[in-house]
Amino acid sequence: MPKFKLNTHISARFNIELENLRNSVLTMGGAIEQQLSDTLIAMRDNNRGLAEKVVFNDLNVNSMEMQIDEECLRIIAKRHPAASDLRMVLTVAKTTTDIERIGDEIERIARMIAKGKLPDSADIIKNMLSIGNHVMEMLRGTLNAFARLDSQAALLMYREDEKIDAEYKNLLSDTVAEMQRNSEKLEDWLEVLWAVRALERVGDRCKNICEYVFYLTQGKDMRHSPMESLQEKLEDLR
Amino acid sequence: MVKLFERNVLDLHNLPAEKTAIEVRDFSLQFGNKPVLKDISMAIPKHQVTALIGQSGCGKSTLISCFNRMNDLVADCQYQGEVLIDGRNIYDQRENVALLRTRVGMVFQRPNPFPMSVYDNVSYGLRLQQEKSRRVLDNTVEQALKDAALWDEVKDRLFDSALTLSGGQQQRMVIARALALKPEILLLDEPTSALDPLTTLYIEELINKIKHQCTVIIVTHNMQQAARVSDYTAFMHQGKLIEFADTDTLFTLPQKKSTEDYITGRYG
Repeated sequence: MPKFKLNTHISARFNIELENLRNSVLTMGGAIEQQLSDTLIAMRDNNRGLAEKVVFNDLNVNSMEMQIDEECLRIIAKRHPAASDLRMVLTVAKTTTDIERIGDEIERIARMIAKGKLPDSADIIKNMLSIGNHVMEMLRGTLNAFARLDSQAALLMYREDEKIDAEYKNLLSDTVAEMQRNSEKLEDWLEVLWAVRALERVGDRCKNICEYVFYLTQGKDMRHSPMESLQEKLEDLR
Repeated sequence: MVKLFERNVLDLHNLPAEKTAIEVRDFSLQFGNKPVLKDISMAIPKHQVTALIGQSGCGKSTLISCFNRMNDLVADCQYQGEVLIDGRNIYDQRENVALLRTRVGMVFQRPNPFPMSVYDNVSYGLRLQQEKSRRVLDNTVEQALKDAALWDEVKDRLFDSALTLSGGQQQRMVIARALALKPEILLLDEPTSALDPLTTLYIEELINKIKHQCTVIIVTHNMQQAARVSDYTAFMHQGKLIEFADTDTLFTLPQKKSTEDYITGRYG
């Protein structure tokens, strides 16, 4: 598999276009990291104003997705990219969709905080923050893997989702137990349940992006692969 | 909102005079009884690359040849309308055609080096203009060859016959010969159709660089090339200008059905 290089085309303009495309994903990724970080701070401090800001800023993330999609369309129409360039453009288009969806999940959590519906239970908030910080690490690691086109880092981050899923299951059962205890506030607790679910979904989306990075750099589709074969792939890369 | 990509697109329907290289007004042309161009009006932007695309025989080469009056050489050529460069109609009877052709250079499909050295080829136009200073000639030849991305390959063989160069080098030399006269406009009629794909990409890169010096108009059969190299694209069919828009729009969202059919290979 030839090493992936972005800036070696005869056409300097094409080099710039691909570099800008990749940078645009990183800009969008940076924005989404900030959104998640603000949401976790708003959750910790019960800061409704900050949560409202996150909800508003999601429009910016949506606009970035549309701009990047348009640029991918333009590059495909004008440049007819092939091989690694084609994989790059397709990966960017799919990654952008997932980042935008991550933005929607974060917005859902921020909306709950903005409405003043954080759960009464300090334990649940603590556990939500814990899973949130873990998701934050995974998001950061995933975006770094994309920035460096590092398939090994992508595989490592991919496996983080298992741990997040385990944390999610524990938090879910705790939340359900709280719901049973506080059945008069069931509607509020449902919002909490959705927010917990949203955090877990961010992990799933990061996992998707890791798959795209692996496809981009290795040319292999790792979707729906059993974990054992991924372990082998990771060892091959070492 | 954050703007991720910068794009400057000119409004071709309201192009200000200072940004217009060529304005074609209601221009029609016929060879004998055969109409070739039908009532064409367009404003070609300055310091941009404009591509003309369309089927064989649609009139794109004829149109490009009108911009330096090469069609005058064809017997029975009649025309109506105006072609304005810097606000002056080049079809005016008082127009100095020889001077016009130094301002509007042209490169053809096949490289046509003169049977003389590389240096003499590139300096040929200047010598015709009675330029005798060796220093001026040397500097111009060097600069033109550098602009045409050929200098490094030929600097040690400037006085070898141009016929010893490869096809791609000959075509770049011909472009250098045109650039040596510092044209305001450079017309390229299928400049890469006789070249291999990689050399084609080098010439396209060159076109992208020289647009800062002069306006470039390129006729091409290769739609992908038009998409890659041009800022604006005109689609012609049966002597008519069907659509003229910025290349991004024309290749992603054409307004006319016949343009869509042509660029998607549904034509005919």
